[in-house]
This record gives sequence, structure tokens and C-alpha cells, in this order.
Amino acid sequence: MLLLLELFGRFFFVGLFAVGGGLATLPFLQSMGETTGWFGASTIADMVAISESTPGPLGVNMATYVGFQVAGVPGSVVGVLGLITPSVIVILIVALFLKKFRDSKYVQWAFYGLRAASLGLIAAACWAVAKLALFSADKFAETGGVFQSLRYENIILCVLVFIGVQCFKKIHPIVFVAIAAAAGIGIHMVFG
Amino acid sequence: MKELLRLFLAFAKVGAFTFGGGYAMLPMLQREIVENRQWATEEELMDYYAIGQCTPGVIAVNTATFIGEKKKGVPGAIAASLGVVFPSVVIITVIAAFIRNFQHIEAVQWAFDGIRAAVVALIVSAVIKLGKKSIVDIATALIFLVVAVLSVLTNLSPAIFVVAAGLCGLLLKGGKRDAASA
Repeated sequence: MLLLLELFGRFFFVGLFAVGGGLATLPFLQSMGETTGWFGASTIADMVAISESTPGPLGVNMATYVGFQVAGVPGSVVGVLGLITPSVIVILIVALFLKKFRDSKYVQWAFYGLRAASLGLIAAACWAVAKLALFSADKFAETGGVFQSLRYENIILCVLVFIGVQCFKKIHPIVFVAIAAAAGIGIHMVFG
Repeated sequence: MKELLRLFLAFAKVGAFTFGGGYAMLPMLQREIVENRQWATEEELMDYYAIGQCTPGVIAVNTATFIGEKKKGVPGAIAASLGVVFPSVVIITVIAAFIRNFQHIEAVQWAFDGIRAAVVALIVSAVIKLGKKSIVDIATALIFLVVAVLSVLTNLSPAIFVVAAGLCGLLLKGGKRDAASA
């Protein structure tokens, strides 16, 4: 029980101070492992790999994995609840203010700039995913050639999905994700 | 109660099919929350994302809390937030408990390789669509470009970009008005 309480408290701290999404929680989890001795560097490496190969927000996936390693199923539930509690409280407070000042011209002016920046951040995050999916860092280290390192099969898949999304607006994104998963397996079986 | 369950389930669906972190959730939110259920407008979604990036915590949860609160107050916020994390908790717990070396299974890596390629296309489509509402003139186009490029090239916190862009918005719009009234 005490362990669960400590787990909640420590993840609450992470949730309160990690600003900027899932990967921002990583340094906090590292120091948590070091101070408590609950898990080591190899657990963190596994955690990142699993979080990136499962659906869901990265921060939540990492909290679930670490929580489970420390205290089983109750640990994963308590870890996640600890992580998200500060978010919920902070956003509720912000939402309250926003409701009150929504029509204020100052808030609207600020959001005029905010929205564009928000979109810029999303585009940058997309670039990071694109680098991983469409470019082979290993091959680049080996050959040093940008064009030899492009992963043409994935680029074609990406372009096809993009065209598909533009042409068939009714089709749900989930369908494209499922097709791409099958295509990914197919590509590797055919080309190795 | 029924409404809370609908919030929980809608966000559980978003959580279950988001691959690659909170940013990759944008296409799913746009389809499920804005288009299908009309619980928020495209502008509101961008506002929530902007705030979610400069407030503490996981962006996906921050966005879910906002939309839940808007629909059904505090209980709605809790239902939506629990919904968005529910699939993660179940999936990761099952993997951690039963599957040894899940991350080294080849088929999983191959599938995710394909998924990432598709996610790039989905995010680009969402950015184009939302850009029509958020990038409305040269100033906002410049803010978008500068933030995107600096964010790729530097390790600055997203919060810095969001706060700076908010100030830019205030100065640009406020300055324009002063100039007009002078």
C-alpha cells in the first residue's frame, strides 16, 4: 500500500513537471529509476521500445510499463492515475479561465498566434516521425549518401496513403493505419 | 451517465488507434471528435493543442480533459481522460505481463514500420486541413514556419514557442489596432 502511494506521488510529480508531451517525461523517469532503484537503464530502454510499438500516448505507455515493473497491475493503474491527475487539474483550471475570458479580445489575439505555433510544432513532430520512417540512419552511416539512404518502399507507401486520404475523405484513418501495418509486414517479407 | 460513457468510449477509441504519441492523435481527434461527433470545432482543437503543449502532462490527456470538460464539466473531463489512457493501460500491462521481448518480435517491428509511414501522411493531411483555419495571413504563415524550423533544429521546449507566439499574436493584433486608431 505504501509502495502504491509512493508510486502515485512520484508519477504525480512527473505529470506536474514534464511539459511538452510524452518524451518530456523520459528524463524524469530516468532520475526516478536512479533515486528509487525500482528499475534500471535496461528497463527504460525496453519501455521506450514498447511504448513506440504500441498505440496510445507515449507518456501513458511509459508510466504503465514502469508501474507494472514496480508493483504489478495495481502499479500500472496507480502510475497512470498519478501521471494524469496533475494534467486534469491544471487543464480544468485553464478551461475555467478560458470560459470566462474566451470573448476577450486579448485572448483572441493571443490565440491567433498560438494556433499557428501549435501547428508548427505538430509539423516538426511529423518531421521526426518521417525521418524515422522514410530514411535509414544505418545506411546513411554506412554509405554517407542521402539518396541511397532513402527508404523508397516506405516513401511510396506514405505517398499512396496521402493520396488515399485526399481522394477518399470518408475512409476512417484507422483503415489506413491497418492497411499500412499489413503493407509494412508485406514489404519486409518480399524485400527482406 | 450515458453521456459520460459516450465520452469515455470515444476517447478510448482515439487512444487505441493513436500510433506515435500525442501529435499523431491529431488526425484521429479531427475525425472522431470534430467531424463525426462535432464536440469541438477545428479552431478549438488547435487551441486545446496549443495549451496542451505548454501545460504540464501528456498532450493527449490535456486535450481529452478540455473536450470532456466542455461537454460535461468535471465528470466529463475525468471520463474523457480515463478513456484516452484506458487502452494503453490494458495493452501495456498485457505485454509487460505475458509477452517476453515484445519489442523484438519481427512482425511487430515490420507492422510499425508501415504504420509510421502512414502516420506521416495522416499528420500531413491533418496539418493541411487545420492550416486553412489557423494560417490565415502572412504573419501566421511566418509563425508556423519559424516554429516548425526552430523546433526541428533546436531542443527548445514547446512551451517557449507557444508563449512567444501568443505574445506575437497580442503585439501584431494589438499594434494593428493602435495604428488604426492613431
